[in-house]
Amino acid sequence: MEAFHPRHILGMDDLSRQDIFKILALAKKFKSSQNTAPLLKGKTIVNLFFEPSTRTRSSFEIAAKRLSATILNITGPQSSTVKGETLIDTAKNIEAMNPDVIIIRHSSSGAPYVLSQTLKTPIINAGDGFHEHPTQALLDIFTIEEVKGKLSGLKVLIVGDIAHSRVARSNITGLKKMGAQVIVCGPPTLIPPAITRLGVEVSYDLKKCVQKADVIMMLRIQEERQDHIQFPSKKEYIQYFGLNSETLKLAKKDVIIMHPGPLNRGIEISSEVADGPYSVILNQVTNGVVVRMALLVWLMGEKRASTH
Amino acid sequence: MRLLIKNGTVVDPSQKLQAKKDLLIENGKIKKIAPPGSLDNQDDIQVIDAKNCIVAPGFIDMHTHLREPGEEHKETIHSGALAAARGGFTSIVCMANTQPPNDNPFITQFIKLKAQEQACVNVYPVGALSKGLKGEELAEIGLLKEAGCVAISDDGNPVMNSYVMRKALDYCKHFRLPIISHCEDSHLVGKGMINEGFRSTLLGLRGNPSASEEIMVARDIALAELTGSHVHIAHISTEAAVRLVRDAKKRKVSVSTEVTPHHLFLTDESVATYDTHFKMAPPLRTPKDIRALKEGLKENIIDALATDHAPHSVLEKNIEFEEAANGVMGLETALPVTLKLVEEKVLTLSQFIEKWTWAPAKILKLPKGTLKVGADADITIFDPTKKVKINKDTFQSKSKNTPFHGWTCKGHVHTTVVGGKIVYPFK
Repeated sequence: MEAFHPRHILGMDDLSRQDIFKILALAKKFKSSQNTAPLLKGKTIVNLFFEPSTRTRSSFEIAAKRLSATILNITGPQSSTVKGETLIDTAKNIEAMNPDVIIIRHSSSGAPYVLSQTLKTPIINAGDGFHEHPTQALLDIFTIEEVKGKLSGLKVLIVGDIAHSRVARSNITGLKKMGAQVIVCGPPTLIPPAITRLGVEVSYDLKKCVQKADVIMMLRIQEERQDHIQFPSKKEYIQYFGLNSETLKLAKKDVIIMHPGPLNRGIEISSEVADGPYSVILNQVTNGVVVRMALLVWLMGEKRASTH
Repeated sequence: MRLLIKNGTVVDPSQKLQAKKDLLIENGKIKKIAPPGSLDNQDDIQVIDAKNCIVAPGFIDMHTHLREPGEEHKETIHSGALAAARGGFTSIVCMANTQPPNDNPFITQFIKLKAQEQACVNVYPVGALSKGLKGEELAEIGLLKEAGCVAISDDGNPVMNSYVMRKALDYCKHFRLPIISHCEDSHLVGKGMINEGFRSTLLGLRGNPSASEEIMVARDIALAELTGSHVHIAHISTEAAVRLVRDAKKRKVSVSTEVTPHHLFLTDESVATYDTHFKMAPPLRTPKDIRALKEGLKENIIDALATDHAPHSVLEKNIEFEEAANGVMGLETALPVTLKLVEEKVLTLSQFIEKWTWAPAKILKLPKGTLKVGADADITIFDPTKKVKINKDTFQSKSKNTPFHGWTCKGHVHTTVVGGKIVYPFK
């Protein structure tokens, strides 16, 4: 008997290794066949975004449309206390219109989790605060597997603001699950406490780590982190944690460079590297669509046993 | 009006008494404590049968937030007092962070007046240390005392400016008022909202490190030493803070401290579900801190138990974790929850009662917390073996934000007597 699928995808721990393999396989099928079969015809999907997003929102939108689902974009208030309507009320109102799945992006860690306690509609977390961004991790894993042909045993280096990154958290959990090794690297001020308990290696020395890595994932340095307290200056950050072609010379010949976007060209990544031969940054974006198609179909398109 | 409490075990640490005794109350005062049965056969007297029960001095909560004036949807002086009576408290000490804050004698008078008219327990206001709780200019501490404040505190906010704190300590000497300090370095806390550690990393929530409390505890101890004034550290929560207080007490610095039920029995693991009923300042810490807090209680480094009763409505709690208000309720759950300390042999029954009665009375110099003949007849009668299931829907308080909903504990409040009158069970 087929195992029950989890109802909500809030983080990478909601997916087993087997689940991830299935989603990757499905995504591969969509990518190779350009399959636009109306697998989700008649389904209604809501993109409920409480935080601005271009890439993730349009990626879900295109994914849904390729599968012939109806998708609706709703921009929620950025916080309960600002607009008057609470997060839960907003979400319950959307749910009352009977969508089949609600995709949620929120600037506050845990917001989708809190909604999952109240809503019966499946929720996909499209990024919450510094917590999780599971579809980003899925598309990153897909991209790595696509290029490298495997995941197990690879060394993945994640560089930058680990403390405030949902992309890092989801990738750490997902990549570890798939058998990869993860090294996180950044200034000590941006490495969260006790992160090694997640089974990752911590380094403050980019040049050293670059040599060992099969995959280098650069994270965006947010504007608000540039307060001269997390690190003294942009210049110094670039000097120690920016990836440029000089540093890249130390890397393995078959290294790949990733970035979840949007890029800060000239800060965490130089333009030569971002646009260079090792970069798979645009592949990530392309793959985002098929991976999200696969997740949507896996979540609601396949006939399977259901608990509700 | 006379009252006879019989068949109970009287435990009164203020006179080192623990024995089967009957208690006679007349005109709101303790009239007699006598061997069981010896006060029987009196006419015109109301009898309370305290069989299987402990008869203790009325419990004092030295750290309560009543939300009146200003946030009456969360709690009023009336509802807070009912919650206290149901929880076995006969006196509550209410913090100054109302809206507007209790930083001038008019607010104090308002609270006293409201309490006189509507509260079924004793209400003792705490005056603000600084105007507007801003930590910049001293509030009119003398006038606040004259109006009835029993202590001075900006609780809810730390006093970040050490100069202001020092001057407040100096100034209070003249008025013999204790200062209660909320110890958190707000710069170090930043936007931190749960204990900094693995849990905060996992949840993607900003951490509040233990050091933010310890820095301020160390500072306040230094200032108590400098000024010779007394500092009472509110809601101590970390291992190192206990160590600092232990060392200070060894050196005879005038410092006291309290701990809350939630810091004694919950850790940051509880926050795993982003449940805002586990969000408060200081945050829930770790098992290691809990061990140190219990050790501190045992060694009398921690003088008193206090609830930090902080009612909030669903409007402030049923929202994003990052935006939810800090604080949890305590009055109606504290007795059964902290009675576990006796079961766990952290405290003897007598020590447990002392930390809820005589100890806070001494710190705040209240004429309470004792059953000595002639004292006000404030009495808490509870059955230490009878189980209670904590259910937020039965609360008298206007709010429901308890982290203990669903817990089953021993310790059932049988009767609460204030000034010789039965205030709980409600008529």
